[in-house]
Amino acid sequence: MAFINKNHFWPGIILFLLIIPLITNSNYLLSILIIIGLYTIIVQGLGILMGYAGQISFGHAAFFGLGAYTVAILTTRFHSPTVLALLGAALLPGVIAALIGRPTLKLQELYLALATLGFGLLVHIGFTEGMELTGGPSGIAGIPYLSVGSFVFDSDIKFFYLVAGILILLSAGIKGLIESRVGRALRAIRESEHAAETAGIDTAALKLQAFIFSALLAGLAGGLYAYYITFISPSPFSFHASVQFVLMAVVGGLGTFVGPLLGAAMVVALGEFLRWAIPVVIPNAGGEYQIIFFGLILVVLMIFQPEGLGALGKRLKPATQKLPGEGYSTKIEAEKEGGL
Amino acid sequence: MLLKIEGLTKIFGGITAAKDICCQVNEGNIFALIGPNGAGKTTIFNLITGMLKPDGGTIAIDGKELIGLKPYQIAAAGITRTFQNLQLFGDMTVLENVITGAYLKGKTGFIKSMLPLPGKSREDLRIKEEARALLKDIGLEKAAGIPAATLPFGQQRLLEIARAMASGPRLLLLDEPAAGLNSMETKELAGYLMQLRSQGLTMLLIEHDVETVMEVADRIMVLNFGCAICEGTPAEIQRDPAVIKAYLGEDGNVA
Amino acid sequence: MDTPSQLLQLLFTGLTLGSIYALIGLALVTTFNITGILNLAQGEFVTIGALLAISLYATGLPLAAAFIIAVLLVAALGGVLERCAIQTARQASALTLIIITLGLSIFLRGLALLVWGTETYSLPAFSEGGPLFIGGAAITPQSFWIFGLTALTLAGLYAFFELTYWGKAVKAAVLNRTAARLMGINPNRLSLLAFLASGALGAAAGIFIAPVTMTTYDMGFMLGVKGFVAAVIGGLNNIGGAVLGGILLGILESFSAGLISSGLKDAFAIIILIGVLLVRPQGIIGSLKERKI
Repeated sequence: MAFINKNHFWPGIILFLLIIPLITNSNYLLSILIIIGLYTIIVQGLGILMGYAGQISFGHAAFFGLGAYTVAILTTRFHSPTVLALLGAALLPGVIAALIGRPTLKLQELYLALATLGFGLLVHIGFTEGMELTGGPSGIAGIPYLSVGSFVFDSDIKFFYLVAGILILLSAGIKGLIESRVGRALRAIRESEHAAETAGIDTAALKLQAFIFSALLAGLAGGLYAYYITFISPSPFSFHASVQFVLMAVVGGLGTFVGPLLGAAMVVALGEFLRWAIPVVIPNAGGEYQIIFFGLILVVLMIFQPEGLGALGKRLKPATQKLPGEGYSTKIEAEKEGGL
Repeated sequence: MLLKIEGLTKIFGGITAAKDICCQVNEGNIFALIGPNGAGKTTIFNLITGMLKPDGGTIAIDGKELIGLKPYQIAAAGITRTFQNLQLFGDMTVLENVITGAYLKGKTGFIKSMLPLPGKSREDLRIKEEARALLKDIGLEKAAGIPAATLPFGQQRLLEIARAMASGPRLLLLDEPAAGLNSMETKELAGYLMQLRSQGLTMLLIEHDVETVMEVADRIMVLNFGCAICEGTPAEIQRDPAVIKAYLGEDGNVA
Repeated sequence: MDTPSQLLQLLFTGLTLGSIYALIGLALVTTFNITGILNLAQGEFVTIGALLAISLYATGLPLAAAFIIAVLLVAALGGVLERCAIQTARQASALTLIIITLGLSIFLRGLALLVWGTETYSLPAFSEGGPLFIGGAAITPQSFWIFGLTALTLAGLYAFFELTYWGKAVKAAVLNRTAARLMGINPNRLSLLAFLASGALGAAAGIFIAPVTMTTYDMGFMLGVKGFVAAVIGGLNNIGGAVLGGILLGILESFSAGLISSGLKDAFAIIILIGVLLVRPQGIIGSLKERKI
């Protein structure tokens, strides 16, 4: 398709997405797009953490949930201004990420993975059991719409453009980040932590910053989610949601710029499709069967296309990136030798 | 005197990898560490760069104590190194490797990098120019845009030195820079090292290729089983009976 | 309220729970030390083992036969997964491998849901007879079976690693892959063995607890997490530590559920996990041992 200028491809797609609300009156489509947008915010942060800093979190649904509950509690219980509550929604997860990340990021990847896995489960239990504050399993209703001055985001279209605006700003910021000295330093950590340290990179601090950043974004998305749905309960913030975020990051392609949007869109679309298709194929079956597919996709993708589907066409990385024998256990050996 | 090491000791579960090592390296010198495999040469590098914590002794650069500092802090103090088993950022381009080596010369932080600030690109441009100049020194300016992992082995070694140089170090630690190079490449490398020395750079060199060591080093320390058996100029080393016995073999002769 | 016999009862319950966590922790630690992989699908081996045995028993097979077949099948499952998923991605980063085991875990949970649905299953106790009373507290005979399995597994692993040539070789291989190759040990075969063994061990644990718990398709997840807690308390590299960690966790959980709130019993386990990771990531028991030397 020579008539499409490569440089205009993504801006074109984004422009098309931006005019969708003007040409459709399907609230279903619009709400799906908003949800994809909110997930993209989370996956952008997770993408920096996984694709650049080489770390993994199995607890981002908890940061997402903490953002949502911060907004819900501050607005319904304390009648705080909505913008202020949104700020709190981003900050609280950031502070918690700092506390979790500081000790665990100095160690092998799996320690942060385990700590975030545990943290995610704990927060979910907290949402369910914290009756007075969180409303227990039935959650919190009656969250007001987000308002800036006298402007109230009370319709899907307004909310769509809010999320789109945030995403565009965020994408510009992330583009700046990954092309900067900080982005290169993060990639350097992923490639060789020893060499990165020798170049003067404070690897522990940088990984921590990436983790805090990803938690802030998840919290922000959670706050926006609460303002959009105006009702929250523990179920969207379970471990399963954390797995979906990891899946989105991986499907779209780690370390790529458009990966998060692509991944969020594909996983949400697949989820919607499976929710419709599974009961058709297997009578009496609910949507929860989709985890079979999610698990399978995760495994197959990580084995055969770890760069994600976003990189299928254009291989960003050379095939010869690893020397033979440079497998997982040699890495662990190196850590044993150089570490504690 | 730039680097001063006193009583440096490291024990790994009963095996002494470095025992009471003392040495002084003068500004602008090439100081070589030689000795058989397992003599503790790389251990000394790991101790100087903070990757290992010593069990005793002191290391100071310009009178500034280094023990207890993290590797990145030691890099900021002006010490950098290359690795025996190359540690390039393989997915990055050749140029990006050198630019990343110049990390300490930049100031842009996590938040600042996301904001559209004018000072940022000026900083980037300056560092990029310096990186290109370094690539030119090692003759890799044409390869600037290709992934580092695709370079031939010999050029990867040179690139690692250029990356280390990008931080503007006062002391460069070279761990077997000639390993795996053919004689032609080794000559080029020796020439590059002499060029760096003429610019006033101080270097610590681990090398098995005795010919290169004798050619470029100002002083040499011979290690065996973690102990320094002698230290002196290349001429002194070649005459020392203990060295000849321990390292060069009974009837060893050095070219 | 809290009479001595009630406290004793909580202790017995805790010991039973703890033995199960210890078993799962043992499987995790063994796999981790041999392959460098933290297998997030370990809990699913437990579930599938139990559910398979229950289904086989329901077809009229004797309990012992159902047990053996289920254990073998899950061991084979572990082996197949290792060959298909882990070996093919052997060169990948630790990050990739942990995501793969996560994917396997939810895939297996989905399969279990597909086959067994959301119902709760159970198995009869291995031996008949009422509970034994000690100091006014009851222990079911099944608890003794579980203690026995844990003790046997621990003794078996200990004997293997400390007393046999092959065990020592495996330990050497863990420390140094090159040296292992020189000794004629194939690390890839070891990795397969580790998954076979952890599949069998997981299944056995699942079947042993099937008479005393409600077996559902998703029970493995929380069991797996508690296995991690046990392993982390022991410092991830310590077989004895994992067992002590598991038993400690079981007792703590039983007492917190009995004395504070049963709704929060999972929370306590996770608080211990996070607490240990944040304060003492080398493990509580691991560090104590280190200090002694």
